[in-house]
Amino acid sequence: MNAKVSKKFSISELVMKLVRHQLFIPIAALLLLAIFNLINDPSFYKVTLGYSSTGDPVLSGYPITILDFGSELAILAIGMTLVTAATGGQDISVGATIAISGSVVLRMLCGPDGRAETMQMPIVVAFLISCVVAMLCGAFNGVLVAYFKIQPMVATLILYTAGRSIAAWINNNRLPIVKEESFKVFGGFIPGIPIPTPFFIALACIILMTLVLRFTNLKLYTQAVGINESSARLNGLNPAMIKFITFVILGICVAVAGLIKVSRLSTINYSVVAKDIEMDAILAVALGGNALSGGKFSMGASILGAYVIQFLTTTLYKLEVPSDALSAYKAIVVILLVVMSAPTVRKWFSDLGKKLKAKASVKEVG
Amino acid sequence: MKDNIVLEMKNIHKSFPGVRALQGVDFKLCKGEVHALMGENGAGKSTLIKVLTGVYEKDDGEIYLEGNEKAVVIRSPQDAQNLGISTVYQEITLCPNLSVAENMYIGRTSSMLRDWKKMNADAEKILKSLDIPATATQELSSCSIAVQQMVAIARAVDMECKVLILDEPTSSLDEQEVEKLFKLMRDLKKRGVSIIFVTHFLDQVYEICDKITVLRDGKLVGEFEIKDLPRVQLVAKMLGKEMDDMSDIRGEHAVYAGEDAGLSVFEAEGLVSDAGIKPFDFHIKKGEVNGFTGLLGSGRSECVRAIFGADRVLGGTAKKGGKTVKITKPLDAMKQGIGYLPEDRKRDGIVGDLSVRENIILALQVLKGFFRPFSKAEANKFAEEYIKLLDIKTASADTPIKSLSGGNQQKVILARWLLTHPEYLILDEPTRGIDVGTKVDIQKLVLKLASEGVSVTFISSETDEMLRTCSRLVVMRDRKVVGELSGDELTQSMIMSTIAGGDKE
Repeated sequence: MNAKVSKKFSISELVMKLVRHQLFIPIAALLLLAIFNLINDPSFYKVTLGYSSTGDPVLSGYPITILDFGSELAILAIGMTLVTAATGGQDISVGATIAISGSVVLRMLCGPDGRAETMQMPIVVAFLISCVVAMLCGAFNGVLVAYFKIQPMVATLILYTAGRSIAAWINNNRLPIVKEESFKVFGGFIPGIPIPTPFFIALACIILMTLVLRFTNLKLYTQAVGINESSARLNGLNPAMIKFITFVILGICVAVAGLIKVSRLSTINYSVVAKDIEMDAILAVALGGNALSGGKFSMGASILGAYVIQFLTTTLYKLEVPSDALSAYKAIVVILLVVMSAPTVRKWFSDLGKKLKAKASVKEVG
Repeated sequence: MKDNIVLEMKNIHKSFPGVRALQGVDFKLCKGEVHALMGENGAGKSTLIKVLTGVYEKDDGEIYLEGNEKAVVIRSPQDAQNLGISTVYQEITLCPNLSVAENMYIGRTSSMLRDWKKMNADAEKILKSLDIPATATQELSSCSIAVQQMVAIARAVDMECKVLILDEPTSSLDEQEVEKLFKLMRDLKKRGVSIIFVTHFLDQVYEICDKITVLRDGKLVGEFEIKDLPRVQLVAKMLGKEMDDMSDIRGEHAVYAGEDAGLSVFEAEGLVSDAGIKPFDFHIKKGEVNGFTGLLGSGRSECVRAIFGADRVLGGTAKKGGKTVKITKPLDAMKQGIGYLPEDRKRDGIVGDLSVRENIILALQVLKGFFRPFSKAEANKFAEEYIKLLDIKTASADTPIKSLSGGNQQKVILARWLLTHPEYLILDEPTRGIDVGTKVDIQKLVLKLASEGVSVTFISSETDEMLRTCSRLVVMRDRKVVGELSGDELTQSMIMSTIAGGDKE
């Protein structure tokens, strides 16, 4: 009898534990979207193998789109998670700095007049230069936040506003075009491999970040600073430095996403490239169940959150929601998300769970 | 007799995940009495108070007010307030960036429009009648902690309450301020207000209270008239056993017998920080326990913060083991083998959301370096070792530290520094707001460390605690070192007269 009761308890406790687990919300959202699409139109999941103009095999279909564009977002979510954890604020200049770093890549490859027939330097070198520029942008934000103690949203508002103009200025407002096919690899496909390259790039970033988190104290330090800065300092940490570093890391993520963005088009549209992508990145962090006020975080949950956001966007496109109206629909999700993670609603849920548990145990005893 | 009862709590139960905080506790409060609620940390005092004030919802039990047959429902602090139950918590829960008057009236006027002039005038009147050294329009954060606490009390008092709950109101007050508070409590008592007084200070209980209710491990031990319960018995009831550890420890100074016993471990000359202290000289020998003493705000915490590099050091020299060292930030001090347990545990000590394990290893991990994290197994080993060594009461090493009781949080911070094996450990108010049992544990630990050759600087507002542990005391007044006492000079009266000063020097 006793054993039975305790078993019953452990099952309901397991359920409670599951509900409280950080991955619960993103996974639940993912399942919800998956089931919705399955009922609405199963052909959503159709993936077809075709051939590109160069004769290489490529996969296409909605799931592939999610994988492709979700990867960009996942890369950004990595950096955004760290910034959020350490500073309790978000970087809203991500889209604008993608424009800058993308513009730098094109300026390097296409030369001063933007019309060079061949690439002016190896892509790697151009990318590394754009990396440095994006890290400098991150450093600029980082200095304002960490050393001048300006609120992250306000500090990053500067580049949010100025970034796209700076991007245009880098190329004298011309639209450089990379004419060589090999540049398309980063936003397209590696010849012979039918899965979009951004997925592999994201995978590389995720593995790299996992290794960093595993072999350094980045997680402990950023969390400690985000939770209690004063205490972190008295334990020998340098909170300003740690906040600064998270912005620089986000800068690297931005450069990677920037390369993918310009590679997709072989050119750039300064005013629309990566527009509003920072909002999706922040949403990914929130959907992952990470507190936007900083502190403890789960990197895996953020990355999963990024793909779920893209799943949602793609679903909305599939439903032929015009792109201008997209944000309105996303807002509904944001509302649900915020309400679901609000303390009062959580308490309501846990009370409900307790009541069910009590009922179960009463039945058991009776 | 029955009519005399203002408040009755019957069979109160409350559980948190993994802890049964209250198990069938009864509590009775009569009109116009001061009733002490005593117990060790984790005994359930704070939980009982929070149930009464609607911060927590009770799992089971009834609360009756003023002999009414019908139980009252208290779902929020607002409900409690409307029923005439006001609380002043241990930690100040006011808004530091509002003015004193705003803090006293916030959330209490029903209309959106308010008469600022009248509010300020009213507040001024109350402050004056309670003899609180603050003005109504002053920003609260510009007052000292003690004054902030008194403003919180003033706020509660002015709410025309029937039941006033004081949850460790005296832990940040100095003696004169405590005296003022007691005067106020006696006033209120005469007016028929019933007061529940939660404190760790035994002296204060015997000075002001009429009755004592003792809790232990979430259960009621009993209700006693103050005259029927001598101190020794009260302590025994709180701890659940007969013990005279308090006398055991008395006068037993640490003796370190190593060859290097007389050598100076740390010396400071003309050290001064940006926290407003005058330059001071200081030294500590190997295996020595010394302390800074002085009234609240005399600068004793600021001195040790300067030593540890917690405040910006503006001048002076520091020597570690005879060699000049430059300490400009906490990490510099840590690298020199100095550990520092800060005064304000909540603000400067714990990293609330992180686990007990992470809180324990934090300092050592930072010392070890960014690129060399401890493996999970190592971290667990350290955590388990110190949880056992210091008898930290926690569900597991994974539990967030914020869900531990105050005394156990303090032990975790202590474990953090012990783990770094410091040569010189600074403990600023390690026993504040924690129970008698843990206090004795910590005092014993300090003496044990010293006998093993660790130098310790110990700060406490309870002078008898310092007399018990320290072999030398640095006395401070008005942010200046005014004297040093050792040997036969270590008596209460000597400390008092040195603190009070005069023209002897």
